Amino acid sequence: MKSKVGYLEREERRFAEVPRESIKLMAESTGVELSEEVAALLAEDVCYRLREATQNSSQFMRHAKRRKLSVEDFNRALRWSNTETVCGYGAQDALPFRPLKEGELFFVEDREINLVELALATNIPKGCAETMVRVHVSYLDGKGNLEPQGTVPTAVQSLSEDLLKYYQQITRAILGEDPHLMKVKSVSHDLDQLNRLLHMVKSLVQNPYLYLGSYVRSLVSSVMYCILEPLAASINPLNDHWTLRDYAALLLSHIFWTHGDLVSGLYHQILLSLQKVLSDPVRPLCSHYGAVVGLHALGWKAVERVLYPHLPAYWANLQAVLDDYSVSNAQVKADGHKVYGAILVAVERLLKMKALSLTLAAGGGSAGLPGTTTGAVGFRENSPGLSPPPEPLSEPPLGIASHLQAGGAGCQWEEWTPVSLPAMYCELYSFFGDSLAVRFSTDPPLGGAPSSRSCQPLEGRKEPASGAPNLENTRKMPQLTASMNISPRQDGSPRMEPQPPSLAATVPGRSLARSSSSSSSVSRSRSSSSRPGRSTSQSRDIFPKARFPLPQAGPPAFSFIIGGRQMGRRCQGRRFQTSFTPTPPLNTLPPRAYAHKLPVIGRVSKPVRRWTCSHYSLHLPL
Amino acid sequence: MAAVQDGPMELDTEKETKPEILSDGTSKLSGNAASGTLSSSPLTAGGAPKQEDQQTLIAVLQFLRRNKLSESVEILRREAGLEDQEDSQTLDGSGGGKGDRDGGEANSLLSRVSITSAAAPQIILSTSVTNEQLDVSVVLSAYSQQGDPSLYQVYYSGLKNFIESVLDCHRAELSQLFYPLFVHMYLELVYNNHENEAKAFFEKFGGDQECYYQDDLRVLCGLTKKEHLKGNEVLLDFRTSRFVLRISRDSYQLLKRHLQERHNNQIWNIIQEHLYIDIFDGMPRSKSQIDSMSGSFAGEARREVNKVKVFHGLLKEPEIEVPLDDEEDEAENEEGKPKKKKTKKDSMGSKSKKQDPNAPQQNRIPLPELKDSDKLDKIMYMKESTKRIRLGPENLPSICFYSFLNAYQGLTAVDFTDDSSLLAGGFADSTVRIWSVTPKKLRKVKSAGELNLIDKESDDVLERIMDEKTASESKILCGHSGPVYSVSFSPDRNYLLSSSEDGTVRLWSLQTFTCLVGYKGHNYPVWDTHFSPFGYYFVSGGHDRVARLWATDHYQPLRIFAGHLADVTCTRFHPNSNYVATGSTDRTIRLWDVLNGNCVRIFTGHKGPVHSLAFSPNGKFLASGSTDGRVLLWDIGHGLMIGELKGHTDTIYALKFSRDGEILASGSMDNTVRLWDSTKAFDDVETDDFTAATGHIHLPDNSQELLLGTYHSKSTPVTHLHFTRRNLLLAAGGYSSQ
Repeated sequence: MKSKVGYLEREERRFAEVPRESIKLMAESTGVELSEEVAALLAEDVCYRLREATQNSSQFMRHAKRRKLSVEDFNRALRWSNTETVCGYGAQDALPFRPLKEGELFFVEDREINLVELALATNIPKGCAETMVRVHVSYLDGKGNLEPQGTVPTAVQSLSEDLLKYYQQITRAILGEDPHLMKVKSVSHDLDQLNRLLHMVKSLVQNPYLYLGSYVRSLVSSVMYCILEPLAASINPLNDHWTLRDYAALLLSHIFWTHGDLVSGLYHQILLSLQKVLSDPVRPLCSHYGAVVGLHALGWKAVERVLYPHLPAYWANLQAVLDDYSVSNAQVKADGHKVYGAILVAVERLLKMKALSLTLAAGGGSAGLPGTTTGAVGFRENSPGLSPPPEPLSEPPLGIASHLQAGGAGCQWEEWTPVSLPAMYCELYSFFGDSLAVRFSTDPPLGGAPSSRSCQPLEGRKEPASGAPNLENTRKMPQLTASMNISPRQDGSPRMEPQPPSLAATVPGRSLARSSSSSSSVSRSRSSSSRPGRSTSQSRDIFPKARFPLPQAGPPAFSFIIGGRQMGRRCQGRRFQTSFTPTPPLNTLPPRAYAHKLPVIGRVSKPVRRWTCSHYSLHLPL
Repeated sequence: MAAVQDGPMELDTEKETKPEILSDGTSKLSGNAASGTLSSSPLTAGGAPKQEDQQTLIAVLQFLRRNKLSESVEILRREAGLEDQEDSQTLDGSGGGKGDRDGGEANSLLSRVSITSAAAPQIILSTSVTNEQLDVSVVLSAYSQQGDPSLYQVYYSGLKNFIESVLDCHRAELSQLFYPLFVHMYLELVYNNHENEAKAFFEKFGGDQECYYQDDLRVLCGLTKKEHLKGNEVLLDFRTSRFVLRISRDSYQLLKRHLQERHNNQIWNIIQEHLYIDIFDGMPRSKSQIDSMSGSFAGEARREVNKVKVFHGLLKEPEIEVPLDDEEDEAENEEGKPKKKKTKKDSMGSKSKKQDPNAPQQNRIPLPELKDSDKLDKIMYMKESTKRIRLGPENLPSICFYSFLNAYQGLTAVDFTDDSSLLAGGFADSTVRIWSVTPKKLRKVKSAGELNLIDKESDDVLERIMDEKTASESKILCGHSGPVYSVSFSPDRNYLLSSSEDGTVRLWSLQTFTCLVGYKGHNYPVWDTHFSPFGYYFVSGGHDRVARLWATDHYQPLRIFAGHLADVTCTRFHPNSNYVATGSTDRTIRLWDVLNGNCVRIFTGHKGPVHSLAFSPNGKFLASGSTDGRVLLWDIGHGLMIGELKGHTDTIYALKFSRDGEILASGSMDNTVRLWDSTKAFDDVETDDFTAATGHIHLPDNSQELLLGTYHSKSTPVTHLHFTRRNLLLAAGGYSSQ
């Protein structure tokens, strides 16, 4: 039946055709060379015979009193016309028809079956239920429940007949037989169902002709369920529920973007519930993950207000998980890495956005920090055509702050005071170490930067002196400038780092732009933010020592360890980066290799595009 | 192919044995041994000219020789000089064989079948010979002569312009020409290898055709090569049977004059060769009148085929003798005696005294004698019928739905016994399952060894022979090797018939729950089978385009009803057992006389394959349902369509009249049961003057008035409907979760 692949629908003839190319291809696959004419003739005949067989098979369908033509019907028709039957397509249930978003491609899913496993399976499937007859008096004296079958929820009963049909089709398509549209819980074991549900929610939300009204609330609650709940499907590590959570989070932000007016009251509630989940150590890590991505999806301000203050407390728990190397913990640890990755992403964006907002504010009002002004100016000069994307700075149109302020009494954000960017960076840096630094500069490539970045990846690190001017020329990323301003490296490196050259490499000439005021603010922030970090240090200390060799043992090129500077203070950062430093021919390593070396942290399930982003980031000479 | 060959050979012998078969039953049937092979198409002439006969014989002989059927050739030769009847016998056998040979060559199911049926008319040379079937080679070359292919479009559009310009009253009638002409011209083009012209022709005029021909057109448009023509059924139908048009004399004259004026010989030839124009005197018919009757494969039925007298009355109820009284006494102990006597008189007296003038002679068809158990059952029936609810538009029946669960879409057929005690289901997995609907469990008869131990004189011997250990609610009958497409209980509940894709009909005993006989003969899927209301006989119809009449104690068919141009999809016995109705994929319904095998009625008007049939209890009317979602009502005596019931949206698989005939219930794939006021439907028409010779009636469009109710099932297509003896409606179907 491979020929079916080659079908071409031609409207004017109203039937499928097999193009001659397919015929030729098939002939070649069996080792026969066909001329054009022969292929054309054959193609036509094949079409005709296929049509004939289809017509004959429909007869078997009709007599079996079915609406759906089955493979068996087709095979019967073939058999009665003395043609070999086609085996291997006789599955009882319909094969799932999957879309592939990227390529607008649709295909029938054809899973590989492990025959050995199937054959040796100990749980022999139980026989199908016995066919039986049940009788019920449907209509007494010709009267009875005149309501059509498949009772419809009252909400949709007022719809017209066409719409009702549409509704039934939809619910059937999405939930199979379950008519309760919003009943997510019943399907929490089935990721496919959930996925379909989310897709449906998305299309509902996107439908501009649909006024969802109060239904948005139930939609949101469904989505929240997908984000936060420890789904039954999560038990099996093979199930990719992470993607589901990501998608749900994305959807959540989408809902807020498009239907902000309808859900404004919910925003606060959601933040609260996310916070609750996050602060509840009993919850499984996948729920925490959901909370983090949810916050991330709600915008950087949400991250700033909820995740950021919670981080120190949460960090301890996470660290404990990550540092546990026992085999039994492997799965949990993997989950922990996921959460770690998610936090990293959220925080990185927070910083980026904050920096950007600051620069913009500074640029606009020309009254910002002296240090950032230059960066902002530089940014403008260098990428004139690129207005900052609308998304980052703006936030759900409902004004977070107002809601937070108006939020329930006793909420801890009442006395929340915005932390300055440098302070925040310090704080975060203390958790993430240089991984934050790595991530931090990984903006979506702006302008023509990517090419120049990738062409000079690591040389700069080796020869800081020559690299510096290059970098200065090629990269005037405002974010970077900002990051340098607030970076604690300047202070830390001389103290701790045995070999500062790397620092020079990463911070080549940017010290020029740095102002003393900013550095002072850094130190201030560091001292202010040191407390929470310290509280966690006990648990963390065990881990890095066990894992890493002393940095001094490394070769000169080893100087790259940035995070190490903080080691002495309280936490070394997540020093896993060091693991690749001992490999001397750094420059020969393809950038991809780094990605492999990095521990898996919540990145695997991200969409491809994200991969490319982080990929770029590894090119960046720091 | 070897396996297939067997069938027809048996058929040969069958023909010889048939007289004995029938004679052991009674004398009446034996006279018409040859009628098993019947006139296929409407008979044109009582007796063909002798010369033509001769010519045909030679053609057949040639064909046989070519196919190396030397034995048949010899027989044919030997008997050529003899009487017609013997001729037809031998020819029949050889005809069957020939059909199969041909099939071997064409290597395709459909071609085989269609040639068989094409050959079938040849069999009955004695009675009717149609010109186009004289010789196989003639048939196949029917399209060889032709004009300039490029002019076909001109011809056709010329005619089209003419028809569009005539008076309105004639236009509708002459428009009937479009479709057959279009098809024949297209096929001529294809046959003569003018592929591109054919395609252009189709593209230009294909859209003009009536919507109810869409299915055929779809098949047609795929045909673009001469090679494809060989095995295509639609084409063969067009060649072997003339498309019948009914046109008033005035319209016909108009057409004739036009064609002669224009010297449009091409079209005239086609009309002469491939069409049969049934000319009538009187008013031209209106568009709606024409539309209601057209739609079948081969046009309308010729008027004269529906003129044969049909004895549609009911047989006299057998007199039930004195012992019954005792039985009834016993059975009806709890009820008062006077009441019982009265009821008995009523039910007996009214039926037996007055002989229906339309009823056939009591012994026209030999019927099995009543056994004691049958008499008992009759009494039960009468008692039940006194408690019957009188239905009507104000008094609708209650409906019970029997849902088959966990059937995995495999339920293909259902039947109830007449007393509604047993339920049988046929399944796609080749099994038949039987359920007891009453609390009484199903039990097998004990094995022979155990039976020997039983005291035969004891009163409860019937109880003793049953094996208690085997009691269960349901039994499974395995034996078929393909989906079971229909099941039918015998009236006495001792047997069950099932027909299957494997080409057999099987008879099962409901005492031992084993298969008793496998009736082979169809060789192709058997779509339907049905027991006679008096038992003993049954009819089956299948993909081989014939319906066969069988008796349970003969493994060969007694009659072969050939004539349908496509699969026989459903078969039903008339309540008096003298006639059989068959519905077909060719969108016609035929009524066959069991006595002589003749086709006595052809009903056209359906626009899709006919999938259900039901006789009214008084035997006067027939209801038919098809894939187009319409139920049509027919008056059997007059051979007329008398009603059209529109409302269903999908194929109608079940039709049933209530016990008194006041209500017609229809069940469909669209998950609904609909009730129709049949009394009103019949009355409305009877007020018309429909004995008019033309037989053209105006159908009142009153479906909505006649519809008494629509009842939805829970996503369960309705496969079968049954009225209990007290007029409770039972519906059955397999629950489908999609």
